[in-house]
Amino acid sequence: MTDLAQFRADTRAWLEENCPPSMREPVQSDKDVTWGGRNPTYANPDQKLWLDRMAARGWTVPDWPNAYGGGGLSPAEAKILREEMASLGARNPLYSFGISMLGPALLKYGTEEQKQEHLPKIVRGEIRWCQGYSEPGAGSDLAGLQTSAVDDGDDFIVNGQKVWTSYADKADWIFCLVRTDRTTKQAGISFLLFDMATPGITTRPIKLISGNSPFCETFFDDVRVPKANLVGQRDKGWDVAKYLLGHEREMISGMGTTGNGPLIARAVETIGLDTQGRLADPMLRAAIATFDVRARAFAAMSERFRDELKANRAHPAQPSMMKYVGTELNKTRHELLMASGGSDLLEWDSADSHQGAAPRAWLRTKANSIEGGTSEIQLNIVARRILDLPTQ
Amino acid sequence: MPLFLNEDQTMLADTAREFLAEAAPVDHLRALRDADDATGFDRDLWAKFAEMGFTGMMVPEAAGGLGLGHVEAGIVLEEIGRNLSPSPFLATSVAAVAALTGTAPGERWLPEIAAGKTVAALAIDERAKHGDSVALRAERSGNGFRLSGTKQFVAHGHVADLILVVARTAGDANDADGLTLFALPADTPGLTADPRRLVDSSIAARLTLDGVEVDGDAVIGDVDDGRTALTRLLSAARTGAAAESLGVGDGAMTRTIDYLRQRKQFGQTIGSFQALQHRAAHLYAEMEVARAAVLKAQQLLDDASSDADVAVSVAKAMAGMAMTLSVQESVQMHGGIGMTDAADIGFFMKRARVLTEMFGDIGYHSDRVARAGGY
Repeated sequence: MTDLAQFRADTRAWLEENCPPSMREPVQSDKDVTWGGRNPTYANPDQKLWLDRMAARGWTVPDWPNAYGGGGLSPAEAKILREEMASLGARNPLYSFGISMLGPALLKYGTEEQKQEHLPKIVRGEIRWCQGYSEPGAGSDLAGLQTSAVDDGDDFIVNGQKVWTSYADKADWIFCLVRTDRTTKQAGISFLLFDMATPGITTRPIKLISGNSPFCETFFDDVRVPKANLVGQRDKGWDVAKYLLGHEREMISGMGTTGNGPLIARAVETIGLDTQGRLADPMLRAAIATFDVRARAFAAMSERFRDELKANRAHPAQPSMMKYVGTELNKTRHELLMASGGSDLLEWDSADSHQGAAPRAWLRTKANSIEGGTSEIQLNIVARRILDLPTQ
Repeated sequence: MPLFLNEDQTMLADTAREFLAEAAPVDHLRALRDADDATGFDRDLWAKFAEMGFTGMMVPEAAGGLGLGHVEAGIVLEEIGRNLSPSPFLATSVAAVAALTGTAPGERWLPEIAAGKTVAALAIDERAKHGDSVALRAERSGNGFRLSGTKQFVAHGHVADLILVVARTAGDANDADGLTLFALPADTPGLTADPRRLVDSSIAARLTLDGVEVDGDAVIGDVDDGRTALTRLLSAARTGAAAESLGVGDGAMTRTIDYLRQRKQFGQTIGSFQALQHRAAHLYAEMEVARAAVLKAQQLLDDASSDADVAVSVAKAMAGMAMTLSVQESVQMHGGIGMTDAADIGFFMKRARVLTEMFGDIGYHSDRVARAGGY
């Protein structure tokens, strides 16, 4: 048996042994998602068990180095672990902006002290991070941000406002873009880390069309941040910001690969099959089949992208293409899911509907093609950086 | 296995790209069309395919080939698509080889194919739309069979040396079982080919089989159980057509993006207009997704994976969608020049229409994916 075949066999056996049965069930609602942090919430004690078992092996972040608590797996091994988890239906043990966004940026731009301090806590799900990027006047034009950080001895004093800060009210720390030079645009931005418990920070949840509040407004009033928490050089934070955005887009594109099983099961349950075993609504069947083809093709694209990324063969702007396609697909998935469920899925707060989980999720997906850079911004980036189309 | 080309495959891609751009660019097709060529491809080009080892690339080494797989065949097909190079490569060296490998008729035909001496054609379709029903009958007769019926959309069917015919030996036209695949020498009495020039200047034949007598040793695989061999044939043909589609779509897209960089209106390069940039970027994304789907199907076929069957239909449907978008956007973004015969872009649109219909269109393959998914 080759080393990889042995690794696959061992991994499968370990997962079979250690993944609690309830963690092999599909996620039903936001409550089933494990985010960790200082004040973690678990709908089911198995969530914590599963997190702790995976974190102990570093498998919450399989491809980070062992030195920072990661799994230290090679790209091929990490791929096998993903495949074996998928084949078992194992849930992601930990959702984390620390894993998908901050961690890669720290690995590339952080000091050794910063890596030692923050990465192991991310792996273990001990600290929950949020992202301070957008501002009321800086959305698609992110580099126009105005939140200021003024030099004060060993510290910066931060003042300003962020918006669309995902889960700021639940997060323990923030990675935040601040302006350290008002005389230029991109070249006057710095990248700071700070504790959300620092005096001077207030958060206010924003109620969305889904009725939920995953996003906040976040206000900084003379917040004191040690200079040791600067990532990369002062005024060079835009490089870190863009690198992190690539990883954010890669993460968001994953929404395109969440599987078609629930959609098809819902359609079959609501509509039924004809004598030939076909969904009895031919128009909806055709729409779902077209989507199915596209979603399966995108799953292959995601596999290819990840493989190319690990082999350093991916175009640096390819996450923009992935984000664009993945989010548009996810919106289509939820449109079809709503159409498949008909009036059953219109219920907003009944117990049967899990408090309107499906319509709330459908509404939530409308932000997918806005957050992390709109679809239009992604198309701009692809046109300029990959297709090399002129600016004038 | 990572989902990108390995080093050897990348080298093959470089070789194939250089060879086809040199030996059979779009002008080669234009010249054949303008000469009203009756063969449908250039036999000298086919001889060069044999010299390059392409004709036998999927033929096992023991039979004189290179023993390569669907990924490698797809690399050549993509370049055929990019250059719109007329060639019997897909039918002969990919689909027929996949069907014949490991069978008794293969012992006769595979070395001939590898040597470039045999051109094969695929007699599958009986109606204007590719489907699963087969009405052409093969009745037992002496030591062999008597075949009667018609086939259509048989590329190169009027000049092929070998025709692979799927026929019904049991049951009714719409039954899944009861099929037998035959390797029929083209000079067998009772077989007539009526060549028709298609929209893309290629030639496909309507075949009539009027009591064609074949020996039992012409059967590929098992009598009444031709489904296994037919699946090998169709999977190879569909995945190959999808790879060629990538080339057609990419060839059109590349020309169009070049045009956007050069053409000026309102004192500006039109490629600087956001309306066109977004359309071009969307097209790029569709092509990338299709490329991944095709490579996935090729790798699964080479691994003989049970997931290959669905992946093949995903690849054919997705490549069809991306290629169709590419040629439509390309003509539109070329503006009036795209409507002229002098510009190459129209040739891409024509080839795309033919490739979309070959071995099942987007709807056919989407339906297959749905059936495999239980709905």
